[in-house]
Amino acid sequence: MRGGRESGKPADDQWSSRLALTVNGVGHDLTLDNRTTLLDALRERLGLTGSKKGCDHGQCGSCTVLLDGRRVKSCLVLAVTLDGREVITVEGLAGRRLYPLQAAFVAHDAFQCGYCTPGQICSARGMLDEVSRDWPSAVTADLTAPVELTDAEVRERMSGNLCRCAAYPNIVTAIRAAASSR
Amino acid sequence: MRAFRYHRPADVAEAVALLDADPEAAYLGGGTNLVDLMKLGVQRPGLLVDVTGLPLDTVEPGPDGGLRIGATVRNSDLAAHPLVRRDYPVLARALLDAASGQLRNMATTAGNLLQRTRCAYFQDTAKACNKREPGTGCAALHGQNRELAILGWSERCVATHPSDLAVALVALDAVVEVREPGGPRDVPLAELHRTPGDHPERETTLPRGALITAVRVPPLPFARRSTYLKVRDRAAFAFAVGSVAAALDLDGDVVRDVRLAYGAVAHQPWRAYRAEELLRGRPFTAELAAQAADAELAAARPLRHNGFKVPLIRNITVRALTGLAGSVRP
Ligand SMILES: Cc1cc2nc3c(=O)[nH]c(=O)nc-3n(C[C@H](O)[C@H](O)[C@H](O)COP(=O)(O)OP(=O)(O)OC[C@H]3O[C@@H](n4cnc5c(N)ncnc54)[C@H](O)[C@@H]3O)c2cc1C
Ligand code: SF4
Ligand code: FES
Ligand code: FES
Repeated sequence: MRGGRESGKPADDQWSSRLALTVNGVGHDLTLDNRTTLLDALRERLGLTGSKKGCDHGQCGSCTVLLDGRRVKSCLVLAVTLDGREVITVEGLAGRRLYPLQAAFVAHDAFQCGYCTPGQICSARGMLDEVSRDWPSAVTADLTAPVELTDAEVRERMSGNLCRCAAYPNIVTAIRAAASSR
Repeated sequence: MRAFRYHRPADVAEAVALLDADPEAAYLGGGTNLVDLMKLGVQRPGLLVDVTGLPLDTVEPGPDGGLRIGATVRNSDLAAHPLVRRDYPVLARALLDAASGQLRNMATTAGNLLQRTRCAYFQDTAKACNKREPGTGCAALHGQNRELAILGWSERCVATHPSDLAVALVALDAVVEVREPGGPRDVPLAELHRTPGDHPERETTLPRGALITAVRVPPLPFARRSTYLKVRDRAAFAFAVGSVAAALDLDGDVVRDVRLAYGAVAHQPWRAYRAEELLRGRPFTAELAAQAADAELAAARPLRHNGFKVPLIRNITVRALTGLAGSVRP
Protein backbone atom coordinates (compact mmCIF):
# COMPACT_ATOMS: atom_id res chain seq x y z
CA MET A 1 0.00 0.00 0.00
CA ARG A 2 3.02 2.25 -0.29
CA GLY A 3 3.33 4.88 -2.94
CA GLY A 4 0.13 6.86 -2.33
CA ARG A 5 0.04 10.63 -2.41
CA GLU A 6 1.59 11.84 0.80
CA SER A 7 1.19 15.59 0.79
CA GLY A 8 0.15 18.60 -1.19
CA LYS A 9 -3.15 19.00 -2.93
CA PRO A 10 -3.71 16.16 -5.37
CA ALA A 11 -4.61 17.26 -8.87
CA ASP A 12 -7.57 14.91 -9.17
CA ASP A 13 -10.43 16.41 -7.22
CA GLN A 14 -11.77 13.05 -6.05
CA TRP A 15 -9.32 13.64 -3.19
CA SER A 16 -11.27 16.63 -1.94
CA SER A 17 -14.94 17.31 -1.26
CA ARG A 18 -17.41 20.12 -1.11
CA LEU A 19 -19.57 20.46 1.95
CA ALA A 20 -22.02 22.77 3.67
CA LEU A 21 -21.18 23.29 7.33
CA THR A 22 -22.90 25.54 9.84
CA VAL A 23 -20.54 26.89 12.47
CA ASN A 24 -21.87 29.02 15.31
CA GLY A 25 -25.02 29.68 13.29
CA VAL A 26 -23.19 30.80 10.14
CA GLY A 27 -23.39 28.67 7.00
CA HIS A 28 -20.18 27.90 5.11
CA ASP A 29 -19.69 26.30 1.72
CA LEU A 30 -16.27 24.66 1.83
CA THR A 31 -14.09 22.63 -0.51
CA LEU A 32 -11.63 20.66 1.57
CA ASP A 33 -8.99 18.00 1.08
CA ASN A 34 -10.62 14.83 2.44
CA ARG A 35 -7.84 14.56 5.01
CA THR A 36 -8.86 17.80 6.75
CA THR A 37 -10.06 17.28 10.31
CA LEU A 38 -12.84 19.42 11.71
CA LEU A 39 -10.26 21.00 14.02
CA ASP A 40 -8.03 22.05 11.12
CA ALA A 41 -11.02 23.29 9.12
CA LEU A 42 -12.09 25.47 12.04
CA ARG A 43 -8.63 26.83 12.77
CA GLU A 44 -6.98 27.02 9.35
CA ARG A 45 -9.92 27.69 7.02
CA LEU A 46 -12.48 29.52 9.14
CA GLY A 47 -10.04 31.39 11.38
CA LEU A 48 -11.75 30.08 14.52
CA THR A 49 -8.69 29.47 16.66
CA GLY A 50 -10.54 29.11 19.94
CA SER A 51 -10.54 25.31 19.63
CA LYS A 52 -7.01 24.18 20.43
CA LYS A 53 -4.79 21.41 19.12
CA GLY A 54 -3.12 19.75 22.09
CA CYS A 55 -2.39 16.17 21.01
CA ASP A 56 -4.24 15.69 17.69
CA HIS A 57 -4.98 12.09 18.80
CA GLY A 58 -8.11 12.25 20.92
CA GLN A 59 -6.21 12.19 24.19
CA CYS A 60 -6.39 15.70 25.66
CA GLY A 61 -9.79 17.25 24.90
CA SER A 62 -8.53 20.75 24.05
CA CYS A 63 -10.21 20.49 20.63
CA THR A 64 -13.67 19.69 22.06
CA VAL A 65 -16.60 21.25 20.19
CA LEU A 66 -20.33 20.54 20.00
CA LEU A 67 -21.50 18.63 16.94
CA ASP A 68 -25.28 18.75 16.55
CA GLY A 69 -25.29 19.57 20.27
CA ARG A 70 -23.06 16.70 21.42
CA ARG A 71 -19.49 17.08 22.60
CA VAL A 72 -16.84 15.50 20.36
CA LYS A 73 -13.09 15.71 19.83
CA SER A 74 -12.72 17.65 16.59
CA CYS A 75 -9.19 16.37 15.92
CA LEU A 76 -10.56 12.88 15.14
CA VAL A 77 -13.55 14.03 13.08
CA LEU A 78 -12.97 14.26 9.32
CA ALA A 79 -14.65 17.43 8.06
CA VAL A 80 -15.74 15.60 4.90
CA THR A 81 -18.17 13.54 7.02
CA LEU A 82 -20.04 16.65 8.18
CA ASP A 83 -22.02 17.87 5.15
CA GLY A 84 -25.19 19.51 6.48
CA ARG A 85 -24.16 19.31 10.12
CA GLU A 86 -23.98 21.98 12.80
CA VAL A 87 -20.97 22.84 14.94
CA ILE A 88 -20.68 25.12 17.94
CA THR A 89 -17.25 26.21 19.11
CA VAL A 90 -16.21 28.26 22.12
CA GLU A 91 -16.56 31.38 19.96
CA GLY A 92 -20.27 30.61 19.55
CA LEU A 93 -21.20 30.33 23.22
CA ALA A 94 -21.35 33.93 24.42
CA GLY A 95 -24.14 36.30 23.45
CA ARG A 96 -23.86 39.92 24.54
CA ARG A 97 -22.70 38.55 27.88
CA LEU A 98 -20.38 35.69 28.67
CA TYR A 99 -21.93 32.22 28.61
CA PRO A 100 -22.58 31.13 32.24
CA LEU A 101 -19.82 28.50 32.14
CA GLN A 102 -17.37 31.13 30.85
CA ALA A 103 -18.38 33.55 33.59
CA ALA A 104 -18.00 30.78 36.19
CA PHE A 105 -14.51 29.90 34.93
CA VAL A 106 -13.53 33.57 35.33
CA ALA A 107 -15.19 33.93 38.73
CA HIS A 108 -13.60 30.77 40.12
CA ASP A 109 -10.17 31.20 38.55
CA ALA A 110 -10.51 27.88 36.71
CA PHE A 111 -7.40 28.21 34.56
CA GLN A 112 -3.82 29.37 34.46
CA CYS A 113 -2.47 29.44 30.88
CA GLY A 114 -5.96 28.98 29.42
CA TYR A 115 -4.94 26.60 26.65
CA CYS A 116 -7.29 23.83 27.71
CA THR A 117 -10.11 26.22 28.65
CA PRO A 118 -12.12 26.38 25.39
CA GLY A 119 -12.19 22.59 25.32
CA GLN A 120 -13.08 22.41 29.02
CA ILE A 121 -15.97 24.82 28.53
CA CYS A 122 -17.39 23.13 25.42
CA SER A 123 -16.99 19.76 27.08
CA ALA A 124 -18.71 20.99 30.25
CA ARG A 125 -21.64 22.28 28.23
CA GLY A 126 -22.06 18.92 26.49
CA MET A 127 -21.56 17.12 29.80
CA LEU A 128 -24.27 19.15 31.59
CA ASP A 129 -26.71 18.26 28.80
CA GLU A 130 -25.86 14.59 29.32
CA VAL A 131 -26.50 14.99 33.04
CA SER A 132 -29.84 16.69 32.39
CA ARG A 133 -30.81 13.59 30.40
CA ASP A 134 -29.73 11.44 33.38
CA TRP A 135 -27.02 9.61 31.49
CA PRO A 136 -25.07 7.60 34.08
CA SER A 137 -21.27 7.71 34.36
CA ALA A 138 -18.66 5.24 35.57
CA VAL A 139 -19.02 6.57 39.13
CA THR A 140 -22.82 6.57 39.22
CA ALA A 141 -23.74 3.95 41.84
CA ASP A 142 -27.28 3.26 40.59
CA LEU A 143 -27.40 3.09 36.81
CA THR A 144 -31.14 3.66 36.68
CA ALA A 145 -31.50 6.52 39.19
CA PRO A 146 -31.46 10.26 38.42
CA VAL A 147 -27.95 11.70 38.38
CA GLU A 148 -26.74 13.90 41.20
CA LEU A 149 -23.86 16.11 40.08
CA THR A 150 -21.28 15.56 42.83
CA ASP A 151 -17.58 16.48 42.61
CA ALA A 152 -16.81 12.84 41.79
CA GLU A 153 -19.33 12.91 38.92
CA VAL A 154 -17.85 16.12 37.50
CA ARG A 155 -14.31 14.71 37.67
CA GLU A 156 -15.23 11.46 35.98
CA ARG A 157 -17.35 13.12 33.29
CA MET A 158 -14.64 15.69 32.55
CA SER A 159 -11.82 13.12 32.51
CA GLY A 160 -11.47 13.47 28.73
CA ASN A 161 -10.15 17.02 29.23
CA LEU A 162 -6.61 17.33 30.52
CA CYS A 163 -5.15 20.49 32.05
CA ARG A 164 -1.38 20.77 32.09
CA CYS A 165 -1.65 23.60 34.62
CA ALA A 166 -3.67 21.28 36.87
CA ALA A 167 -6.41 23.82 37.47
CA TYR A 168 -8.69 20.84 38.13
CA PRO A 169 -10.02 21.81 41.60
CA ASN A 170 -11.25 25.19 40.37
CA ILE A 171 -12.59 23.71 37.14
CA VAL A 172 -14.77 21.38 39.22
CA THR A 173 -15.94 24.31 41.36
CA ALA A 174 -16.70 26.47 38.32
CA ILE A 175 -18.69 23.75 36.59
CA ARG A 176 -20.73 22.99 39.69
CA ALA A 177 -21.42 26.69 40.18
CA ALA A 178 -22.58 27.08 36.58
CA ALA A 179 -24.67 23.91 36.85
CA SER A 180 -26.46 25.05 39.98
CA SER A 181 -27.34 28.40 38.40
CA ARG A 182 -28.75 26.68 35.29
CA MET B 1 -1.49 11.04 5.80
CA ARG B 2 -2.09 9.40 2.47
CA ALA B 3 -4.77 11.07 0.34
CA PHE B 4 -8.02 9.14 0.07
CA ARG B 5 -11.37 9.21 -1.67
CA TYR B 6 -14.53 9.38 0.41
CA HIS B 7 -17.90 7.83 -0.20
CA ARG B 8 -21.18 7.69 1.66
CA PRO B 9 -23.01 4.56 0.45
CA ALA B 10 -26.79 4.61 0.03
CA ASP B 11 -27.29 1.20 1.59
CA VAL B 12 -25.56 -1.84 3.04
CA ALA B 13 -25.28 -3.57 -0.33
CA GLU B 14 -23.48 -0.60 -1.87
CA ALA B 15 -21.10 -0.37 1.11
CA VAL B 16 -20.13 -4.03 0.80
CA ALA B 17 -19.76 -3.79 -2.98
CA LEU B 18 -17.42 -0.79 -2.62
CA LEU B 19 -15.15 -2.65 -0.20
CA ASP B 20 -15.27 -5.77 -2.32
CA ALA B 21 -14.21 -3.84 -5.44
CA ASP B 22 -11.30 -1.93 -3.89
CA PRO B 23 -8.62 -3.70 -1.83
CA GLU B 24 -7.50 -0.31 -0.45
CA ALA B 25 -10.95 0.68 0.84
CA ALA B 26 -11.91 0.75 4.52
CA TYR B 27 -15.13 1.35 6.41
CA LEU B 28 -15.28 4.49 8.51
CA GLY B 29 -17.33 4.48 11.71
CA GLY B 30 -16.75 7.19 14.30
CA GLY B 31 -13.14 7.38 13.13
CA THR B 32 -11.74 7.53 16.66
CA ASN B 33 -9.38 4.65 15.93
CA LEU B 34 -9.04 4.67 12.15
CA VAL B 35 -8.37 8.42 11.77
CA ASP B 36 -5.86 8.23 14.62
CA LEU B 37 -4.01 5.36 12.90
CA MET B 38 -4.15 7.11 9.53
CA LYS B 39 -2.43 10.14 11.08
CA LEU B 40 0.27 7.79 12.39
CA GLY B 41 0.67 6.16 8.97
CA VAL B 42 -0.25 2.77 10.43
CA GLN B 43 -3.36 2.48 8.27
CA ARG B 44 -3.31 3.90 4.73
CA PRO B 45 -6.68 3.40 3.05
CA GLY B 46 -7.22 4.86 -0.42
CA LEU B 47 -11.00 5.02 -0.03
CA LEU B 48 -13.13 5.60 3.05
CA VAL B 49 -16.64 4.21 2.96
CA ASP B 50 -18.53 6.09 5.67
CA VAL B 51 -21.10 3.76 7.22
CA THR B 52 -22.46 6.21 9.81
CA GLY B 53 -25.27 7.32 7.48
CA LEU B 54 -26.61 3.78 7.06
CA PRO B 55 -29.82 2.92 8.93
CA LEU B 56 -27.97 0.79 11.50
CA ASP B 57 -28.29 3.15 14.44
CA THR B 58 -31.06 1.76 16.63
CA VAL B 59 -31.20 -0.43 19.73
CA GLU B 60 -34.19 -2.75 19.55
CA PRO B 61 -35.51 -5.16 22.17
CA GLY B 62 -35.56 -8.73 20.85
CA PRO B 63 -38.89 -10.62 20.60
CA ASP B 64 -37.97 -12.88 23.56
CA GLY B 65 -35.99 -10.32 25.55
CA GLY B 66 -32.44 -9.57 24.60
CA LEU B 67 -31.26 -6.71 22.43
CA ARG B 68 -30.33 -6.02 18.85
CA ILE B 69 -27.75 -3.25 18.74
CA GLY B 70 -27.17 -1.53 15.40
CA ALA B 71 -23.57 -1.37 14.21
CA THR B 72 -23.46 2.44 14.17
CA VAL B 73 -25.11 3.05 17.55
CA ARG B 74 -22.75 5.36 19.43
CA ASN B 75 -21.20 3.98 22.61
CA SER B 76 -22.75 6.80 24.68
CA ASP B 77 -26.27 6.12 23.38
CA LEU B 78 -25.88 2.43 24.09
CA ALA B 79 -24.66 3.05 27.64
CA ALA B 80 -27.59 5.41 28.26
CA HIS B 81 -30.22 3.07 26.85
CA PRO B 82 -32.79 2.19 29.54
CA LEU B 83 -32.81 -1.54 28.71
CA VAL B 84 -29.02 -1.74 28.81
CA ARG B 85 -28.93 0.02 32.17
CA ARG B 86 -31.65 -2.16 33.66
CA ASP B 87 -31.00 -5.59 32.11
CA TYR B 88 -27.28 -5.59 31.30
CA PRO B 89 -25.33 -3.50 33.84
CA VAL B 90 -22.13 -5.26 32.73
CA LEU B 91 -22.60 -3.72 29.30
CA ALA B 92 -23.36 -0.22 30.56
CA ARG B 93 -20.42 -0.37 32.99
CA ALA B 94 -17.95 -1.59 30.36
CA LEU B 95 -19.00 1.23 28.02
CA LEU B 96 -18.88 3.89 30.72
CA ASP B 97 -15.44 2.73 31.89
CA ALA B 98 -14.05 3.24 28.37
CA ALA B 99 -12.46 6.29 26.74
CA SER B 100 -14.10 9.67 27.52
CA GLY B 101 -17.50 11.32 27.16
CA GLN B 102 -16.52 12.96 23.87
CA LEU B 103 -15.10 9.74 22.40
CA ARG B 104 -18.13 7.71 23.44
CA ASN B 105 -20.31 10.22 21.58
CA MET B 106 -18.30 9.39 18.44
CA ALA B 107 -17.39 5.70 18.74
CA THR B 108 -19.71 3.11 17.17
CA THR B 109 -20.53 -0.44 18.28
CA ALA B 110 -18.85 -2.10 15.29
CA GLY B 111 -15.85 0.24 15.30
CA ASN B 112 -15.30 -0.51 18.96
CA LEU B 113 -15.21 -4.27 18.37
CA LEU B 114 -12.81 -3.87 15.44
CA GLN B 115 -10.48 -1.28 16.97
CA ARG B 116 -6.82 -2.20 16.69
CA THR B 117 -4.41 -3.06 19.49
CA ARG B 118 -2.85 -0.27 21.55
CA CYS B 119 0.56 -2.04 21.43
CA ALA B 120 2.94 0.93 21.23
CA TYR B 121 5.16 -0.82 18.69
CA PHE B 122 2.20 -1.41 16.40
CA GLN B 123 1.50 2.32 16.48
CA ASP B 124 5.11 3.27 15.71
CA THR B 125 5.95 2.66 12.05
CA ALA B 126 9.69 2.77 12.86
CA LYS B 127 9.41 -0.44 14.93
CA ALA B 128 9.30 -4.10 13.91
CA CYS B 129 5.76 -5.41 14.08
CA ASN B 130 4.37 -8.56 12.49
CA LYS B 131 0.84 -7.27 12.80
CA ARG B 132 1.56 -4.07 10.88
CA GLU B 133 4.13 -5.55 8.50
CA PRO B 134 4.12 -9.35 8.46
CA GLY B 135 7.56 -10.93 8.72
CA THR B 136 9.34 -7.96 10.32
CA GLY B 137 9.34 -9.43 13.84
CA CYS B 138 7.72 -8.46 17.11
CA ALA B 139 9.42 -5.63 18.99
CA ALA B 140 7.18 -6.21 21.99
CA LEU B 141 8.10 -9.84 22.65
CA HIS B 142 11.37 -8.80 24.32
CA GLY B 143 10.56 -5.10 24.62
CA GLN B 144 8.26 -3.18 26.94
CA ASN B 145 5.38 -5.59 27.29
CA ARG B 146 3.78 -4.67 30.59
CA GLU B 147 0.40 -3.93 28.98
CA LEU B 148 0.38 -6.96 26.71
CA ALA B 149 -0.88 -10.54 26.72
CA ILE B 150 -0.58 -13.33 29.26
CA LEU B 151 -2.90 -15.79 27.49
CA GLY B 152 -3.09 -17.18 23.98
CA TRP B 153 -0.16 -15.25 22.50
CA SER B 154 2.39 -16.51 20.01
CA GLU B 155 6.05 -15.75 19.38
CA ARG B 156 4.82 -13.67 16.44
CA CYS B 157 2.60 -11.32 18.46
CA VAL B 158 1.80 -10.66 22.11
CA ALA B 159 -0.72 -7.87 21.58
CA THR B 160 -4.00 -7.49 23.46
CA HIS B 161 -7.39 -6.44 22.21
CA PRO B 162 -8.17 -3.12 23.89
CA SER B 163 -11.98 -3.02 23.84
CA ASP B 164 -13.93 -3.04 27.10
CA LEU B 165 -17.27 -3.43 25.32
CA ALA B 166 -16.10 -6.66 23.64
CA VAL B 167 -15.35 -8.22 27.04
CA ALA B 168 -18.87 -7.57 28.30
CA LEU B 169 -20.41 -8.77 25.04
CA VAL B 170 -18.42 -12.00 24.92
CA ALA B 171 -19.53 -12.78 28.48
CA LEU B 172 -23.13 -12.28 27.32
CA ASP B 173 -22.78 -14.71 24.35
CA ALA B 174 -23.37 -11.90 21.86
CA VAL B 175 -23.69 -12.70 18.17
CA VAL B 176 -22.38 -10.39 15.46
CA GLU B 177 -24.54 -9.94 12.36
CA VAL B 178 -22.32 -9.54 9.33
CA ARG B 179 -22.96 -8.75 5.69
CA GLU B 180 -20.37 -10.32 3.45
CA PRO B 181 -20.04 -10.06 -0.31
CA GLY B 182 -21.70 -13.50 -0.43
CA GLY B 183 -24.61 -12.57 1.84
CA PRO B 184 -25.51 -12.22 5.53
CA ARG B 185 -23.99 -14.40 8.25
CA ASP B 186 -24.07 -14.66 12.03
CA VAL B 187 -20.75 -14.89 13.89
CA PRO B 188 -20.66 -15.58 17.64
CA LEU B 189 -18.55 -12.79 19.15
CA ALA B 190 -16.41 -15.47 20.83
CA GLU B 191 -15.36 -16.52 17.31
CA LEU B 192 -14.89 -13.03 15.83
CA HIS B 193 -11.34 -12.34 17.01
CA ARG B 194 -8.49 -14.76 16.24
CA THR B 195 -5.56 -15.81 18.38
CA PRO B 196 -2.45 -14.35 16.71
CA GLY B 197 -0.74 -17.66 15.83
CA ASP B 198 1.42 -17.31 12.74
CA HIS B 199 -0.74 -14.53 11.30
CA PRO B 200 -1.20 -11.64 13.73
CA GLU B 201 -2.07 -9.42 10.75
CA ARG B 202 -5.35 -11.37 10.49
CA GLU B 203 -7.25 -10.18 13.50
CA THR B 204 -10.73 -11.48 12.85
CA THR B 205 -12.39 -14.43 11.17
CA LEU B 206 -14.27 -12.07 8.85
CA PRO B 207 -13.43 -12.07 5.15
CA ARG B 208 -12.27 -8.79 3.61
CA GLY B 209 -15.14 -6.44 2.92
CA ALA B 210 -17.40 -7.87 5.61
CA LEU B 211 -19.62 -5.21 7.16
CA ILE B 212 -20.87 -5.62 10.71
CA THR B 213 -24.52 -4.58 10.68
CA ALA B 214 -25.63 -5.39 14.23
CA VAL B 215 -24.79 -7.19 17.46
CA ARG B 216 -27.42 -9.39 19.09
CA VAL B 217 -27.38 -9.92 22.83
CA PRO B 218 -29.48 -12.94 23.83
CA PRO B 219 -31.83 -12.73 26.80
CA LEU B 220 -30.08 -13.54 30.09
CA PRO B 221 -32.33 -12.65 33.02
CA PHE B 222 -29.58 -13.07 35.62
CA ALA B 223 -27.44 -10.48 33.81
CA ARG B 224 -29.36 -7.95 35.89
CA ARG B 225 -26.81 -8.99 38.50
CA SER B 226 -23.71 -8.37 36.47
CA THR B 227 -20.78 -6.02 36.59
CA TYR B 228 -17.55 -4.93 34.96
CA LEU B 229 -14.37 -4.28 36.93
CA LYS B 230 -11.56 -2.52 35.16
CA VAL B 231 -8.08 -1.87 36.55
CA ARG B 232 -6.08 0.90 34.92
CA ASP B 233 -3.08 3.07 35.69
CA ARG B 234 -5.23 6.08 36.62
CA ALA B 235 -8.78 6.33 37.89
CA ALA B 236 -10.31 7.47 34.61
CA PHE B 237 -9.75 7.77 30.85
CA ALA B 238 -7.23 4.96 30.40
CA PHE B 239 -7.19 1.58 28.74
CA ALA B 240 -7.47 -1.50 30.94
CA VAL B 241 -4.43 -3.17 32.44
CA GLY B 242 -6.81 -5.99 33.27
CA SER B 243 -10.57 -6.28 33.49
CA VAL B 244 -13.33 -8.73 34.24
CA ALA B 245 -16.95 -8.96 33.10
CA ALA B 246 -19.09 -11.08 35.40
CA ALA B 247 -22.69 -12.17 35.86
CA LEU B 248 -23.80 -14.50 38.64
CA ASP B 249 -26.94 -16.52 39.26
CA LEU B 250 -27.24 -18.03 42.74
CA ASP B 251 -29.76 -20.56 43.98
CA GLY B 252 -29.42 -20.04 47.70
CA ASP B 253 -25.67 -20.40 48.09
CA VAL B 254 -25.17 -22.54 45.03
CA VAL B 255 -23.96 -21.15 41.72
CA ARG B 256 -26.75 -21.96 39.27
CA ASP B 257 -25.02 -20.16 36.41
CA VAL B 258 -22.22 -17.71 35.82
CA ARG B 259 -20.57 -15.71 33.03
CA LEU B 260 -16.95 -14.59 33.20
CA ALA B 261 -14.69 -12.89 30.68
CA TYR B 262 -11.35 -11.11 30.91
CA GLY B 263 -10.01 -8.07 29.11
CA ALA B 264 -6.48 -6.86 28.35
CA VAL B 265 -5.04 -10.35 28.71
CA ALA B 266 -5.15 -11.70 25.17
CA HIS B 267 -5.49 -10.97 21.45
CA GLN B 268 -9.24 -11.36 21.91
CA PRO B 269 -11.76 -10.78 24.69
CA TRP B 270 -11.14 -13.87 26.83
CA ARG B 271 -14.16 -15.88 27.86
CA ALA B 272 -13.24 -17.82 31.00
CA TYR B 273 -15.08 -21.07 30.22
CA ARG B 274 -12.89 -23.17 32.49
CA ALA B 275 -13.53 -20.92 35.47
CA GLU B 276 -17.27 -20.89 34.77
CA GLU B 277 -17.33 -24.69 34.66
CA LEU B 278 -15.61 -24.94 38.00
CA LEU B 279 -18.05 -22.52 39.62
CA ARG B 280 -21.31 -24.03 38.35
CA GLY B 281 -23.19 -26.24 40.79
CA ARG B 282 -20.96 -25.46 43.78
CA PRO B 283 -21.70 -23.39 46.90
CA PHE B 284 -20.25 -19.95 46.27
CA THR B 285 -17.35 -18.76 48.40
CA ALA B 286 -14.52 -16.31 47.78
CA GLU B 287 -12.15 -19.30 47.90
CA LEU B 288 -14.09 -21.02 45.14
CA ALA B 289 -13.92 -17.86 43.03
CA ALA B 290 -10.15 -17.75 43.51
CA GLN B 291 -9.82 -21.42 42.58
CA ALA B 292 -11.88 -20.86 39.47
CA ALA B 293 -9.68 -17.94 38.40
CA ASP B 294 -6.58 -20.04 39.09
CA ALA B 295 -7.94 -22.82 36.89
CA GLU B 296 -8.45 -20.37 34.05
CA LEU B 297 -5.06 -18.76 34.58
CA ALA B 298 -3.20 -22.06 34.75
CA ALA B 299 -2.58 -21.59 31.03
CA ALA B 300 -1.15 -18.08 31.50
CA ARG B 301 2.35 -17.42 30.18
CA PRO B 302 3.28 -13.97 31.44
CA LEU B 303 5.87 -11.91 29.55
CA ARG B 304 8.84 -10.25 31.21
CA HIS B 305 6.95 -7.19 32.45
CA ASN B 306 3.41 -8.40 33.03
CA GLY B 307 3.57 -11.23 35.56
CA PHE B 308 1.50 -9.02 37.87
CA LYS B 309 -1.51 -9.52 35.61
CA VAL B 310 -1.99 -13.09 36.85
CA PRO B 311 -2.73 -12.20 40.50
CA LEU B 312 -4.49 -9.04 39.33
CA ILE B 313 -7.00 -11.00 37.25
CA ARG B 314 -7.42 -13.51 40.05
CA ASN B 315 -8.11 -10.74 42.58
CA ILE B 316 -10.63 -8.86 40.45
CA THR B 317 -12.42 -12.13 39.69
CA VAL B 318 -12.89 -12.65 43.41
CA ARG B 319 -13.91 -9.03 43.96
CA ALA B 320 -16.44 -9.00 41.12
CA LEU B 321 -18.05 -12.31 42.06
CA THR B 322 -18.17 -11.73 45.81
CA GLY B 323 -19.68 -8.30 45.11
CA LEU B 324 -22.39 -9.87 42.97
CA ALA B 325 -22.97 -12.66 45.50
CA GLY B 326 -23.31 -10.11 48.30
CA SER B 327 -25.84 -8.07 46.37
CA VAL B 328 -28.24 -11.01 46.09
CA ARG B 329 -27.97 -12.36 49.62
CA PRO B 330 -30.59 -11.33 52.19
C1 LIG C 1 -7.68 8.50 23.79
C2 LIG C 1 -8.51 7.26 23.60
C3 LIG C 1 -8.85 6.48 24.69
C4 LIG C 1 -9.61 5.33 24.53
N1 LIG C 1 -9.91 4.55 25.61
C5 LIG C 1 -10.62 3.40 25.44
C6 LIG C 1 -10.92 2.54 26.53
O1 LIG C 1 -10.57 2.81 27.67
N2 LIG C 1 -11.62 1.40 26.28
C7 LIG C 1 -12.04 1.07 25.02
O2 LIG C 1 -12.69 0.04 24.87
N3 LIG C 1 -11.75 1.85 23.98
C8 LIG C 1 -11.06 3.01 24.16
N4 LIG C 1 -10.76 3.78 23.09
C9 LIG C 1 -11.02 3.26 21.75
C10 LIG C 1 -12.37 3.63 21.22
O3 LIG C 1 -13.36 3.00 22.00
C11 LIG C 1 -12.40 3.14 19.79
O4 LIG C 1 -11.52 3.94 19.05
C12 LIG C 1 -13.79 3.22 19.21
O5 LIG C 1 -14.69 2.41 19.91
C13 LIG C 1 -13.76 2.82 17.75
O6 LIG C 1 -15.05 3.05 17.19
P1 LIG C 1 -15.20 3.98 15.91
O7 LIG C 1 -16.63 3.91 15.48
O8 LIG C 1 -14.65 5.32 16.13
O9 LIG C 1 -14.30 3.14 14.89
P2 LIG C 1 -13.46 3.58 13.62
O10 LIG C 1 -12.22 4.24 14.04
O11 LIG C 1 -14.33 4.31 12.65
O12 LIG C 1 -13.15 2.14 13.01
C14 LIG C 1 -12.37 1.19 13.68
C15 LIG C 1 -12.21 -0.03 12.76
O13 LIG C 1 -13.46 -0.68 12.55
C16 LIG C 1 -13.77 -0.75 11.16
N5 LIG C 1 -15.23 -0.58 11.07
C17 LIG C 1 -15.97 0.46 11.55
N6 LIG C 1 -17.29 0.19 11.40
C18 LIG C 1 -17.38 -1.03 10.81
C19 LIG C 1 -18.48 -1.86 10.41
N7 LIG C 1 -19.77 -1.49 10.59
N8 LIG C 1 -18.21 -3.07 9.85
C20 LIG C 1 -16.92 -3.47 9.66
N9 LIG C 1 -15.85 -2.73 10.01
C21 LIG C 1 -16.08 -1.53 10.59
C22 LIG C 1 -12.96 0.36 10.51
O14 LIG C 1 -12.68 0.08 9.17
C23 LIG C 1 -11.71 0.34 11.38
O15 LIG C 1 -10.85 -0.67 10.96
C24 LIG C 1 -10.04 4.96 23.23
C25 LIG C 1 -9.71 5.75 22.14
C26 LIG C 1 -8.96 6.89 22.31
C27 LIG C 1 -8.61 7.73 21.11
S1 SF4 D 1 2.84 -7.52 19.99
FE1 SF4 D 1 1.86 -7.72 17.99
S2 SF4 D 1 1.24 -5.62 17.59
FE2 SF4 D 1 2.85 -5.47 19.16
S3 SF4 D 1 4.82 -5.31 18.07
FE3 SF4 D 1 4.46 -7.50 18.41
S4 SF4 D 1 3.49 -8.11 16.48
FE4 SF4 D 1 3.25 -5.91 16.59
S1 FES E 1 -6.26 17.82 20.18
FE1 FES E 1 -8.06 16.64 20.03
S2 FES E 1 -8.04 15.52 21.88
FE2 FES E 1 -6.10 16.52 21.91
S1 FES F 1 -5.13 26.15 32.17
FE1 FES F 1 -3.23 25.63 31.30
S2 FES F 1 -3.67 23.70 30.45
FE2 FES F 1 -5.43 24.08 31.59
